[in-house]
Amino acid sequence: MTDQMANTRMSRLPLPRAAFVIARRDFTAILFSKAFLFFLLGPVFFGLISIGAASVGRKAAENTTPAVLAIAMDQADAAAIERASDRLDTLIDLPDMVRVDPLAGEASAILADKDRNFGAVLTGTLEAPRLIGTEERIDRWKGEVALAAAAARGSGEDYPEVALEPTASSGATQRSARAGTATGSVTLMFLLTMLLAGMVMSNLVEEKANKIIEILAAAIPMDAVFVGKLFAMLGVSFVGIAVWGGLGGLAVGIGGMGGGMNGIGMAGLPAPAVGWPLFALLFLIYFAMAYLLIGSIFLTIGAMAPTVRDVQTLSMPATILQLGVFFLATYATSDIGSPVEIAAVAFPFSSPYAMISRAAQEAALWPHLMALGWQVLWVVVFVRFGARLFRRRVMKSGPQGAGRSGLIARFMGRGGKAPA
Amino acid sequence: MHAPLGATAASDNVSRPLALEAIGLVKRFDGTTAVDGVDLTVPQGAIYGILGPNGAGKTTTLRMLLGIIDPDEGVRRMFGHERPHDIARLVGYLPEERGLYPSMKAYEAIGFLGALRGMPLAEAKRRGRDLLEEHGLGHAADRQIRQLSKGMAQTVQLLGTLVHRPRLVVLDEPFSGLDALNQGKLERMIRTLADEGTTVIFSTHVIAHAERLCEGVAIIAGGKVPYAGSVDAARDRIPAQVRLETAAVDGPWRAALPADVRHKGNFWLFSLPESGIEPLLRALIEGNAGILSLSIERAGLHDAFVHIAGEAAARALDEETSAEQAR
Repeated sequence: MTDQMANTRMSRLPLPRAAFVIARRDFTAILFSKAFLFFLLGPVFFGLISIGAASVGRKAAENTTPAVLAIAMDQADAAAIERASDRLDTLIDLPDMVRVDPLAGEASAILADKDRNFGAVLTGTLEAPRLIGTEERIDRWKGEVALAAAAARGSGEDYPEVALEPTASSGATQRSARAGTATGSVTLMFLLTMLLAGMVMSNLVEEKANKIIEILAAAIPMDAVFVGKLFAMLGVSFVGIAVWGGLGGLAVGIGGMGGGMNGIGMAGLPAPAVGWPLFALLFLIYFAMAYLLIGSIFLTIGAMAPTVRDVQTLSMPATILQLGVFFLATYATSDIGSPVEIAAVAFPFSSPYAMISRAAQEAALWPHLMALGWQVLWVVVFVRFGARLFRRRVMKSGPQGAGRSGLIARFMGRGGKAPA
Repeated sequence: MHAPLGATAASDNVSRPLALEAIGLVKRFDGTTAVDGVDLTVPQGAIYGILGPNGAGKTTTLRMLLGIIDPDEGVRRMFGHERPHDIARLVGYLPEERGLYPSMKAYEAIGFLGALRGMPLAEAKRRGRDLLEEHGLGHAADRQIRQLSKGMAQTVQLLGTLVHRPRLVVLDEPFSGLDALNQGKLERMIRTLADEGTTVIFSTHVIAHAERLCEGVAIIAGGKVPYAGSVDAARDRIPAQVRLETAAVDGPWRAALPADVRHKGNFWLFSLPESGIEPLLRALIEGNAGILSLSIERAGLHDAFVHIAGEAAARALDEETSAEQAR
């Protein structure tokens, strides 16, 4: 036992402790650098882009599943307006109409039905129609409704006055708005990951350029260098997120932008299906997963690159890979449960994005537990694979600058120049 | 080609336990054999040099000994452990290509290197300050590495190699890039370490450093080690050279001169006969050669290197030394 303890004191640091030494150095070095200030400023622009993307996403969601007008009139009026709508539909783009039982409940209850994509409810009579829905929606449809009602009455150009009754939200607006939240959060996560993973890629070049890599390799397991760097950058990104989140919260607080009462909060974004607190937690966890997955790959690639220029060359295909993942996840956002969305959930790199999109749109929690288990498995696989490849390849290249060989040769394992 | 003399070193130091032992180390890179069967033994407390021109396999050998890379064949033992990582905290390593994080302060850099070897960071930083004071760099403790001169930065890194009080210090070309003043300082540091019982192994292509400092050397050329053993034994591989000046030019005494004798100016040059100088002296006196002067010069390590590694390796070594001195 005593021998064992003595051996432990003599042997190199165990992986977690060695990784901590590396992570602590990297974390403090980055945090107290001037460049970190610029790093903090960058996502302000990202935020603006995200809001824009969310609004585009909402529009896209609307177009993917167009809102339907619920007809809650008596049978004769409803049938007449449907016939008129069928006639007019060849001439003008009217909203799809579905008859509902006028005794089924209040208009607000009809609008709240999340299984039906109702944008507004038409009640009253053909002479005095009433349109109930969100202000934006009823304002857009009032002309079409007046036209259809007039056609149904056979009154030619004598259009009835459509009474408008605005509500805060409808099933359709909530769904499309949640799709907007989903797209916005996927975009934000993508932008954060792209920025941070890019930094990971160039992270080991510093060690190689400063010739420190050999000292590290002699003292601690190379896996620890790999893991330490990954987690240091993750820590840095969490600091950034905390700062940006704090600033965002402050802005919301000061500007009074947080509604919350009507399911609309967080600077105008509708509350996600799982609720804001859990969504925020899931966002951080999925961000960490996305970062660790792509970061481990990027760090491995970056470790093979002998110079910053090579890292820049490599960053192009890496960015394209990230874009592909982003597009897959964004495409899947509007169609939860579809084969494409399930594929996006299953594919390790897009899984965190697809799952945060789900968290915005679906309240069920068990898929998150399963997905997190799946992602953790792949994180372990990628980190171990990356660390192993890194360890096997990085010290084969001989003294730095003793001769560069092609990147392809390095990847193929033929690039190492024999050290002196 | 001579047989490796690793066994010689072991027998020379039979009473001293070994700090390091390599048996038949082989390393190949993509079909090229960089190191081909290295054998060497280093007793504890010794200063040991690995001597050879650039590209000879010095760095690869050191990397294998330290466990940075694994040998394709052979065995290495450090203080009896076959896995170098099992005793990594007892080892300090200064690689050939020096480097530190430029934004770190000098004492932080030493602290970081200590933490890598298992020291608590705060303690390592404290000791870093002490070491800087001891070596006259106390004023630079709070300066960033990028603000230090090259010599100072190298000293900081060397102190970082020693901060955890290693029992074995491995230095890859430690004198490279240092001016004469700093080379002298480094030589004194190495001697001090050895006096304190630390084993020091360093690679070099400058024979003078090895000759001044080392009790044992491994001569490496083309990935092979044709000699590993004590410096004295290496020098003894070449018979001492006799330089004789005589009044007479010819006479029966000439038959007593060895077969390899050369006449250069007024001098006769030849290897010291295996029977010693006395029988020859007797013959010269009895033959009335008229001895004007006679000196016996022991071969230097450079001559031994030429003898052991060959002219080409020696020429490469000399050229590297000249080039570095010119820089």
